[in-house]
Amino acid sequence: MSEHIEPMKKKEISVNDVEFAQIEQNGPKNLFTQMQGFWVTFATMFKKVNTVNYPEVKEPTAERFHGRHQLNRYDDGLEKCIGCELCAWACPADAIFVEGAANTDEHRMSPGERYGRVYQINYLRCIFCGLCIEACPTRALTMTNEYELADETRAKLIFEKDDLLAPLRAGMLMPPHPMYPNTTDTNYYKNEIKSSHPSQEVSN
Amino acid sequence: MTPDTDVIVEQITLVIDGFEVTVPKGTLVIRAAEKLGIQIPRFCDHPLLDPVGACRQCLVDIEINGRAFPKPQASCTIPVEPGMIVKTQLTSPVADKAQKGVMELLLANHPLDCPVCDKGGECPLQNQAMSNGNPEMRLDGVKRTFEKPVAISSSVLLDRERCVLCARCTRFSDQIASDPFITLNERGALQQVGIYEEDPFKSYFSGNTVQICPVGALTGTSYRFRARPFDLVSTPSACEHCASGCDLRTDVRRGKTLRRLAGDDAEVNEEWNCDKGRWAFKYVTATDRLTVPQVRNENGELVTASWPEAIAAAAAGLSRGAAVLVGGRATYEDAYGYSKFARVALGTNDIDFRSRTSSDEEREFLAARVVNSTTTYRDIDKADQVLLVGFEPEEESPIVFLRINKQFKKRALKVTSIGSKESIAVEKLSANFVCVQPGQEAAAVATQELTAKSVILVGERAAESAGLLSATAALADRTGAKLAWIPRRAGERGALAAGAIGNLLPGGRPVADAAARVDIASLWNVDSLPSEIGRSADQIVSDINSGKISALLVGGVDPLDGPNPDATVAALEKAFVVSLEIANSEVTKYADVILPVAAITEKSGSFLNWEGRARAFETAVDSLNRSDLRILSMIADELGHSISLGTVANAAKEIASIGNWDGATISTPNVSAASAHSVSGDQAVLTSWRRLLDLGTLQKGEENLAGTARRTVAVISPKRAAALGVVDGQLLKISNSNGWVMLPALVENIHDDAVWAPRNSAGSQLLANLGVAHNSVVTVVKA
Ligand code: SF4
Ligand code: SF4
Ligand code: SF4
Ligand code: SF4
Ligand code: FES
Repeated sequence: MSEHIEPMKKKEISVNDVEFAQIEQNGPKNLFTQMQGFWVTFATMFKKVNTVNYPEVKEPTAERFHGRHQLNRYDDGLEKCIGCELCAWACPADAIFVEGAANTDEHRMSPGERYGRVYQINYLRCIFCGLCIEACPTRALTMTNEYELADETRAKLIFEKDDLLAPLRAGMLMPPHPMYPNTTDTNYYKNEIKSSHPSQEVSN
Repeated sequence: MTPDTDVIVEQITLVIDGFEVTVPKGTLVIRAAEKLGIQIPRFCDHPLLDPVGACRQCLVDIEINGRAFPKPQASCTIPVEPGMIVKTQLTSPVADKAQKGVMELLLANHPLDCPVCDKGGECPLQNQAMSNGNPEMRLDGVKRTFEKPVAISSSVLLDRERCVLCARCTRFSDQIASDPFITLNERGALQQVGIYEEDPFKSYFSGNTVQICPVGALTGTSYRFRARPFDLVSTPSACEHCASGCDLRTDVRRGKTLRRLAGDDAEVNEEWNCDKGRWAFKYVTATDRLTVPQVRNENGELVTASWPEAIAAAAAGLSRGAAVLVGGRATYEDAYGYSKFARVALGTNDIDFRSRTSSDEEREFLAARVVNSTTTYRDIDKADQVLLVGFEPEEESPIVFLRINKQFKKRALKVTSIGSKESIAVEKLSANFVCVQPGQEAAAVATQELTAKSVILVGERAAESAGLLSATAALADRTGAKLAWIPRRAGERGALAAGAIGNLLPGGRPVADAAARVDIASLWNVDSLPSEIGRSADQIVSDINSGKISALLVGGVDPLDGPNPDATVAALEKAFVVSLEIANSEVTKYADVILPVAAITEKSGSFLNWEGRARAFETAVDSLNRSDLRILSMIADELGHSISLGTVANAAKEIASIGNWDGATISTPNVSAASAHSVSGDQAVLTSWRRLLDLGTLQKGEENLAGTARRTVAVISPKRAAALGVVDGQLLKISNSNGWVMLPALVENIHDDAVWAPRNSAGSQLLANLGVAHNSVVTVVKA
């Protein structure tokens, strides 16, 4: 096909042949026209303000804002995370590091066989896409609306399990502790445990 | 499976999914399809196990000469036939529906465990449920549940809910390992893998069941919940534990080895390995790893030093006239480094890799018969008889055991074992056991009848009985049988080939041969090499103690492995010792300069297995540690006699350029046997061997693995038991002038004059406790 196109001869076209558009350069406008321009600025001073005085004043985020992650607990305080690494697998930014371990009767962090012994999210990598949340089979991982994550060192931006775990609410006990009597992990998964049982209280 | 190349097999042509394929007669349909790249889903099928057709996942439509089977057939059980037309799930809706149905039934009782299951991410059930299953589950009932997990041994856990009853594990332990400890119990929905009640699954090969289980029903305790497949960086490696030479894969997560799997090498380990190779790797990350050089100061204290300081101190000490002891665990390249270092930098042939009981007879035997030996696993496959001399295959080279066992199962291969105690392997192989007093094996060897198709496997313990190696070589000469020497440690054959021994230079060249010395001297770019035959390990130790040698370079030797630990320790105390080690040891305690080196996973290199076959491995874990030969190069430079072996690759290249020796070899030794011990009353002749799982340095920190070790016992014959009034389990005290051990008795088939105890197991460290391990008279009494 190329044989039909005549090769362009050098120097056939030079920069000097290209026409430049003339830009109109008018002088300063008169005072009235200038005032007209400032009017927009002036009128805005009397409009409703959309920004706030951050950080003194903070506005709530959108309901589904993707903020810092949280590792949730069951209502008796046991951790929901089973250390399955599915979140780490789903993460497109390779921001999550998880290492599982086995629960034992003496040291139980979550219902069932397995818990997340190491859990780290690297906020230098996270792009807040939320894919990890979708991957989590136990709803252990969700996102909060917290967005103030800036810090002065890189190390501080790698959040450990302690930084991510949800606080204990009323009725919750700090693991490790045994499971609610006569229940299985299925009961937990179906959200049938509503609060801790006195027998779960063990001196750690 | 490896077809025997010498047998010509009839070829059969059939059609699968419209494509013609020609395969040898006897091939299974599923494998013929693989040849075309058509994958039929499967669970129970395994190329190295007998077909069972247990899972029914591999159903296909088959038609032979126009006659169709009425129902889909299991393609893993049906051998090909001429005129066969096979339609897999790809072309037959019936087969596809059948497979989906089987999958649905399998999943009906399968737990939703994937997130907590170790197999998740590399699970054939997950994968095939995606590729050949229905996307929706129709069953909505309650699933069968079992208590989970059950420990079937300290290193293997069983989750019965996940089992798909493929019988791979049970077939493996029965057909390959001959350890029928696990079976399928019950029937129907409750069918499950079980162990005999009081006997846990104690097999040296149990890890293979974990690897071949197509689901997460069998998992390894140490790897449990540690990682997902996508976390792991895999490196092909070779096993450093024994001379079998298994091909392995090392899986590392963030600089830490998490698991090792058996690699696939049809010529060597097929697809198996032993539990030690699979589960003993934590020693590398043990807490007492050395990281910086240390030098002993004027006050006799070890202090941290910089590398240049330590190298200078080592060079200064070694220049006073030194010998070299390199353990049998060095890689081929490192051993070559030590060998060259001794000759070029130290100007001596005083080097020995045998950090164990050895003899001059053995050294000559190795030079005459082993360094050029070409016996291989293939010869075992083809043998008409295998003779085991001073060699316990299951304990000392487990893959050799599997290979013999394979032929025993397949064609009742005749096995004869000469020794003093009947072992478990001897029983499993229905071997002809020739029972002799410890030390008297030579006479029994001399009377064996073999043919040119027989194979003699002689172990490193043969050196402990005078005349045995001579007699074995003579037997091989008389009958034409193939002879192989199988050491226990992975590096010994390589060290021998590298000339890390006093009478040989690299490539099997005798030190005493002027032409051989010229050969190597020109390769090494030096004017001449020392011509005097070097001292053996024992002589080195005694000559240090008598003041004839003043310095010693030691690489990975445990003095308690030698025949006379006290003398070795005394020598270490006396000499200026430079120790190249990965961790603190008995040697570093006395060392004057300690130089930390890279562990196996941190460097590349190779081993020669007992066949002399190179087993190369790559760096699996990045580290700052240097390999032995790099450090030796630095010391050599400091000494002013460069050995120029900066990298493993350099050394490998240099080794490859050596070539074979076609000159005269050292003649086979002819040592006569010692006369029998006369024992009376409570006296007995001690015999022992090391068990596969024991207190070995490379098994440090592996508690789960240690849990599957065999029980520590003292074995005596029924006659002796009656004389002592002892029954199984009662304590026996074995003693001599050096000390004693106290062990529960086990009455078994052992020579009446003998007593057996494990050499280095918990509660029975014979060399440390008694100073002897074999062929020595001890007193055995009821404790
Ligand atoms: S939000 Fe997205 S990027 Fe951040 S951790 Fe989750 S998956 Fe990774
Ligand atoms: S947070 Fe959820 S997905 Fe991540 S490891 Fe824990 S259970 Fe698994
Ligand atoms: S065996 Fe496979 S399918 Fe079954 S729970 Fe484990 S990963 Fe999932
Ligand atoms: S435990 Fe695994 S290998 Fe054994 S029968 Fe069950 S699924 Fe098969
Ligand atoms: S693979 Fe054929 S029946 Fe299991």
